[in-house]
Amino acid sequence: MPPSNAAPIIEIDGISKSFGAFKVLNDLSFSVKPREKLALIGPSGSGKTTILRILMTLEGIDSGTIRVDGDNLYQMERNGKLQPADESHLHRMREKIGMVFQLFNLFPHKCVLDNVTLAPMLTKGVSRRDAEKHAMELLDMVGLADKAKSMPSQLSGGQKQRVAIARALALKPKIMLFDEVTSALDPELVEEVLNVLWRLCRETDMTMLLVTHEMGFAHDFADRVLFFDRGRIVEDGKPDEIFRHPKQERTQAFLKKIIAAGHRV
Amino acid sequence: MGQWAGYLQLILDGAVVTIKLTLMGSALALVMAFLAGLGRLSRFAVFRWLATAYIEFFRGTSIFVQLFWAYFVLPLFGFSLTPLQAGVLALGLNVGAYAAEVVRGAIKSIGKEQYEACIALNFNRWQGLRHVILPQAFVLMLPTFGNNAIELLKASAVVSLISLTDMTFQAQVVRAQTGNTLFPFLTILILYFIMASVISLAIRGLERYLTRGLDGIRS
Repeated sequence: MPPSNAAPIIEIDGISKSFGAFKVLNDLSFSVKPREKLALIGPSGSGKTTILRILMTLEGIDSGTIRVDGDNLYQMERNGKLQPADESHLHRMREKIGMVFQLFNLFPHKCVLDNVTLAPMLTKGVSRRDAEKHAMELLDMVGLADKAKSMPSQLSGGQKQRVAIARALALKPKIMLFDEVTSALDPELVEEVLNVLWRLCRETDMTMLLVTHEMGFAHDFADRVLFFDRGRIVEDGKPDEIFRHPKQERTQAFLKKIIAAGHRV
Repeated sequence: MGQWAGYLQLILDGAVVTIKLTLMGSALALVMAFLAGLGRLSRFAVFRWLATAYIEFFRGTSIFVQLFWAYFVLPLFGFSLTPLQAGVLALGLNVGAYAAEVVRGAIKSIGKEQYEACIALNFNRWQGLRHVILPQAFVLMLPTFGNNAIELLKASAVVSLISLTDMTFQAQVVRAQTGNTLFPFLTILILYFIMASVISLAIRGLERYLTRGLDGIRS
């Protein structure tokens, strides 16, 4: 489904973020349309992962505003005044957003099925029966229905990451964030995870933000690509423009380096 | 040999008191350990202060003095306890202070990525603690909890000083009545060792049970 022309689902306006003296994000602005598939690329430390972590409320911002689905993420209005968001506001906002991590972050003490059902049961009051039914559908979709009773320690990296995707999907978020989800995998396991992402891309109307070093996949997957460097967006455009005809010198240098390292573009 | 049967019975009666003390003291210690251990990790300064004060006070003063306070000094302020209550209170509070640091350490050793998964899945703090952090941390606490329980068992001998008829107290009685030192003290030596072994085995069994899923299929 093509991205809609409706109002943006994510509006990032002039945000900055520092870790100590290091400015990770520098007066950054961009917006994302509903259903848009966005790839965030760039060198390490360019701030692309930090953007996802900020959207998931794992990190705060120093300045600027973020609106998600019409609501201010880090501030809330009370008695006509803007105040820092409290826990219940963040809780409401997080309902719209799901995230998949580079290192899976599965719960090692719970079986695959329980990893997927725990959040819907706890945060949405879904009954165990319904949660398990939905979880099995999701596990089937990622090709792991037969592993429902396995423990995470018994799975390969690719399988763990597919469970992590199913776990995030179980909450039915409008926006999904994928943070270098194939970077920790052995090369032969990358494809099984990319296949799942590809299916999600074509078959769901979720808005998806993907931080990746898989340039070939980013090219095919994304409606739009943002190239980050030193906390700023250097280039923003359609995959073909960015990958085939990059305008900026830094984008060209980055892509050259990536190709030299053996990645397909 | 016949006379010893009666004296052995006396010591076994004392063993029952020792077991009771150990079980009740451990239960109180466990509760205090979680209250104070979680208190030290609280967002609220007042809970952190309370927990720290409790832990430092009970680690920093002798169990002997604490027991005498519970039994002889508290009545001066209008709180009279039976010897058993005083014993359980002193042992539980004392060992709980040590175990609180175990709780805190185990919780802090759970990786940041587990907390982040909890946020990404929209758990509130309590849900994350209850379903994700504590089940993993508890397994790490168990071996040291076992040590703490054995410490408590052995420390329980001090209650003989407030006239509670535990195993050590009964051994002294037997010694006074018979003039024989070897029999009563060899008997309680063996009995303490058996009790400590039972605790040790029980903890190991529990540990195996709780970690069975971490590298095997849950049945």
